Amino acid sequence: MADTVAVKTRAPRKPATQAGGGGPRSLRARREARAAYLFLAPWFVGLLVITVGPIIASLYLSFTDYSLLKEAKWVGLDNYIKMFTEDERFIASLKVTTIYVVVSVPLQLAFALGLALVLDRGLRGLSFYRSIFYLPSLLGGSVAIAILWRKVFGADGLVNAVLSIFGIQGPGWVGDPDTALGTLILLHVWTFGAPMIIFLAGLRQIPSSYYEAAAVDGAGTLRQFRSITLPLLTPIIFFNLVLEVIKSFQSFTQAFIVSNGKGGPADSTLFYTLYLYLKGFKSYDMGYAAAMAWVLLVIIAALTGVNFLASKYWVFYGDTK
Amino acid sequence: MATPSRPVPVLFRPFKGGPVVKHILLIGFGLVMLYPLLWMISSSLKPEELIFREPGLWPSQVTFDNYTAGWTALKHPFGYYLWNSAVVTALSVVANLVACSLAAYAFARLNFPLKKLWFAIMLGTIMLPHHVVIVPQYIMFSKLDLINTIWPLVMPKVLATDAFFVFLMVQFIRTLPRELDEAAEIDGAGYWRIFIRVVMPLCLPALATTAIFTFIWTWNDFLSQLLYLNNPDNFTVPVALRTFLDASSDSQWGPMFAMSIIALGPIFGFFLAGQKYLIRGVATTGLK
Repeated sequence: MADTVAVKTRAPRKPATQAGGGGPRSLRARREARAAYLFLAPWFVGLLVITVGPIIASLYLSFTDYSLLKEAKWVGLDNYIKMFTEDERFIASLKVTTIYVVVSVPLQLAFALGLALVLDRGLRGLSFYRSIFYLPSLLGGSVAIAILWRKVFGADGLVNAVLSIFGIQGPGWVGDPDTALGTLILLHVWTFGAPMIIFLAGLRQIPSSYYEAAAVDGAGTLRQFRSITLPLLTPIIFFNLVLEVIKSFQSFTQAFIVSNGKGGPADSTLFYTLYLYLKGFKSYDMGYAAAMAWVLLVIIAALTGVNFLASKYWVFYGDTK
Repeated sequence: MATPSRPVPVLFRPFKGGPVVKHILLIGFGLVMLYPLLWMISSSLKPEELIFREPGLWPSQVTFDNYTAGWTALKHPFGYYLWNSAVVTALSVVANLVACSLAAYAFARLNFPLKKLWFAIMLGTIMLPHHVVIVPQYIMFSKLDLINTIWPLVMPKVLATDAFFVFLMVQFIRTLPRELDEAAEIDGAGYWRIFIRVVMPLCLPALATTAIFTFIWTWNDFLSQLLYLNNPDNFTVPVALRTFLDASSDSQWGPMFAMSIIALGPIFGFFLAGQKYLIRGVATTGLK
């Protein structure tokens, strides 16, 4: 999986910049380069105006006090200091998001891998099951599904209606600080279909001769799983892990809708990005929001870095292809 | 593909009873997963007072009142918001197809100075958290007086900032035989012509994947639309749905469910029509 990201550029017939490469050849290279830059023109403009420019502006703003209406006032590191020393809601949002990521991502990947293993064989109706399990991944990020979740886990919602059949009085789920985050974790786990499909594609890559050889040597199912499937899948588990951590750390819509834009009850669903939104676009504290954005960038970069460093110890890149 | 002789890891080995048990378990699990969705559909067809008295799926009375009530519950008829969403989504799809395929062709087929560096930067932007740039972007668009227009939603797509799709298409174009380009070149075609006549027609699967994902993501997108569309006359479906929560202190369940179903309808339709491309897109690049 990781090697799909490897860049395989075809070596130019001759380096374009080679001196004495002969007139027509270097002329051709120049023409090709000019064409390439034309094809890339929209992307270059986008990189500058939509991505790099705003990142730099974001850094500058993070050292200011700015509210759209008046001039930005330079305040140095104040925003960052306030964040970690005075702002209890900020600390709460970090905690909520961390719990959410640490609990929901492994659970989601476990479901994804488990189902991929069950589905990976000449199972009849494979594509039907694959579609059913994948559908929630497509719908999961939408407002409509978040509304549904709010209602399913409402105090008088579906879950409690089902529980009351068995005579159990359920809690208020989304209205209860102890369980509200749990419902959002469940929603994330519910979208295990996308990583499942990536796992299925990975399982297809494992040559069946390995299993045949192992079976001849008397390895049972579990042993085959432990010694063949799992090691060969580690690059894909790693890939899914990196992607899902980045994605879930930025979750917004679900928490916004379930708590109706407040992150409640008692800040128990105050995701990091939701708090950033409230700071930047409800209190118009844009300098502070920009500082929060930079902290988010550092956190995500650090998490990804840690993932990559740790991968040396458990990800197995065999020479198999 | 699996050959029948292949001893594959099976989790349910204890059930030597075989595939029947497995299918029953899988169908059961699928039902549990889809139950909330099915319940929403069935609730949207039930009279309000029955929604909680029967957690079952089969409505004892079917009524379309929720749909008629929901359609007219907000400031505009719901079709108005559907149209707004459709405009934003259609423009985004076209913009992504054009801008991303142009960039992908250059990365996959042309040589130019610093190519590796630019390509690495492009991959880096895939990983970049969107929230890092929302504050300055918002300031930029508000200085340009573009709040409450569709430009902030579509302009990033026109400028190929959905790097995911650039990457997807680069991967795809690399699998096409170069001899085709070279043959066209010998016949005197320029780069533009090769792109339009040779590469693009062969890229249809990748273009389809891009179009379908762009459709679904844009249709579902909430944060950007919440930020840039503050006037009810410009609301798209997600922002309009959200106003149900404000308007009703959880009383209008039926109408809210009915409109949620309508909001999910197009996604479901695209999912059924373009499954092959979706699955392939996810499997090759790990898109979500």
